[in-house]
Amino acid sequence: MGSCQYSAADWAGLMLHAIHDPKLMWLFGGVLFLLVIASFIGDILKERHRNDASRPTINNLTARIRAWWKMCAVFAVSLLVGPDGTLSLFGLISFMAMREYMTLVPTRRGDHRTLFWSFFVIMPLQYYLVSIQWYGFFAIMIPVLAFIFIPSSIAIYGDTEHFLERAAKIQFGLMVCVYCLSHAPALLLLKIPGFAGHDARLLLYLVIVDQMSDVLQYVWGKLIGKHKIAWRVSPNKTWEGFLGGVATATALGTALWWVTPFTPVQSAAMSFTICILGFAGGLVMSAIKRDIGIKDFGVVIEGHGGILDRIDSLCFAAPIFFHLVRYYFVP
Amino acid sequence: MSEGIHPIASLLAAVARGISGVQVQWAGCEPSERQRIYFANHTSHLDFVVLWSALPSYIRARTRPIAAKDYWEESWLRRYLAENVFKAVLVERGAISKAQSPEEAKFVSRSLIEEMAAALGKTNSLILFPEGTRGTGEKVGEFRSGLYHLALRRPDVELVPAYLENMNRILPKGEILPVPMLSLLTFGKPIQVEPREEKNVFLERAWEAVSTLRRIGPA
Repeated sequence: MGSCQYSAADWAGLMLHAIHDPKLMWLFGGVLFLLVIASFIGDILKERHRNDASRPTINNLTARIRAWWKMCAVFAVSLLVGPDGTLSLFGLISFMAMREYMTLVPTRRGDHRTLFWSFFVIMPLQYYLVSIQWYGFFAIMIPVLAFIFIPSSIAIYGDTEHFLERAAKIQFGLMVCVYCLSHAPALLLLKIPGFAGHDARLLLYLVIVDQMSDVLQYVWGKLIGKHKIAWRVSPNKTWEGFLGGVATATALGTALWWVTPFTPVQSAAMSFTICILGFAGGLVMSAIKRDIGIKDFGVVIEGHGGILDRIDSLCFAAPIFFHLVRYYFVP
Repeated sequence: MSEGIHPIASLLAAVARGISGVQVQWAGCEPSERQRIYFANHTSHLDFVVLWSALPSYIRARTRPIAAKDYWEESWLRRYLAENVFKAVLVERGAISKAQSPEEAKFVSRSLIEEMAAALGKTNSLILFPEGTRGTGEKVGEFRSGLYHLALRRPDVELVPAYLENMNRILPKGEILPVPMLSLLTFGKPIQVEPREEKNVFLERAWEAVSTLRRIGPA
């Protein structure tokens, strides 16, 4: 990580920059266009399948589209507010995701204080480290420091039953919900030469490709899906959905090269990586849900299950994307 | 009781709702202005506030908790919260077992029931934790007999079972700092004392009515 850091005045400048960044505005416009199209299709389907067997699927679809409008609005506002807004939003998402995770993962009375520390010290600290751009500390906070702190504090409490399991479960929750996810807003602190002030576009690029990959896999799967992939873990995932989704989302990401510091070929490679990792993230979370014996992590977002169900793919894609960009594009 | 809700009570209710992220399900009945006794499992100090905050505000203003006198009169803060903020009905716990003779026990229990019946009055509802103390959350503890006697004394009042899920993980007994996990509050179908029903049979049935509302964890 370079030693040059933005001062407070620069942050304000960045915010203004975001509004005057025509490429960012084009991205927003594109998302808006997609939402309008999706709503339109949803209405047509609703009209056409007024009362047949596919009704529940259609209702779920329109509920998802409504939720997409809200999520996009919140995300867009946070990006326009600037890095502080984006960080706050991702901090809040981490909080809600971890809340869902810890609620469903069995913990014991002896974990109470460790959990308190995880929620109210480790998680805020991780986001604070992003905000002050202390990369060295940010990178080791949870994999090293929390890794040592969590089993130690459980051991001090003295309950040794299922000790290893409990420590591992809390650590995993922090890794996925906090550490991995915090790499998405951390994109805003990368100093890419010739890209200063445009970092919001990179974050938006990651989120668009990742989420569109989810959506397109779902759409392809519903349209032509036949052959089950990993049916033991996630019965709705099919090869057709996976291949179609990854191909189209990668194509979309490639077509968006002009908002990033990448060339079209680099952008294709990046999007492809994001899609594959997103798929892996979704699959891992499905496996966890299956293990616990639930379908969704929560009911916070209408039609989507919980927060964690929506961001599972992002959790795996964000840190790798962050490090790829940092390795290849930050001198 | 004076009309209206104490501002601190509203504030604490909002905080408790935030911490517990509680989802409320009216599975066996709808919110209603009629007089009720809500009885629920008890694992956390947050239980009452969360249950109370889940009621619509017009019902909340007339719903009072039953709480243990020995605990809530221990310090001025507890006393202030119980008496002024939540307008709790403070009753003596274990007074019956402390009684010297069966006659005295009978007298004490009757006066306790009278106190609670008086708190119900013509318009109020009560929140009661029949286990009498906070449990660990693994299994609902045995119910004490107050619910039975009160129900006999006031047969016009509806008995609504409720189950509070996960509160023992949010703020367990002996901790002062909460962990913000999600909780679930389910209201069940009202029950009543059947004609000539024996105490133990009724209490078992009431216990069952609460326990069956459980969704997560070991049954």
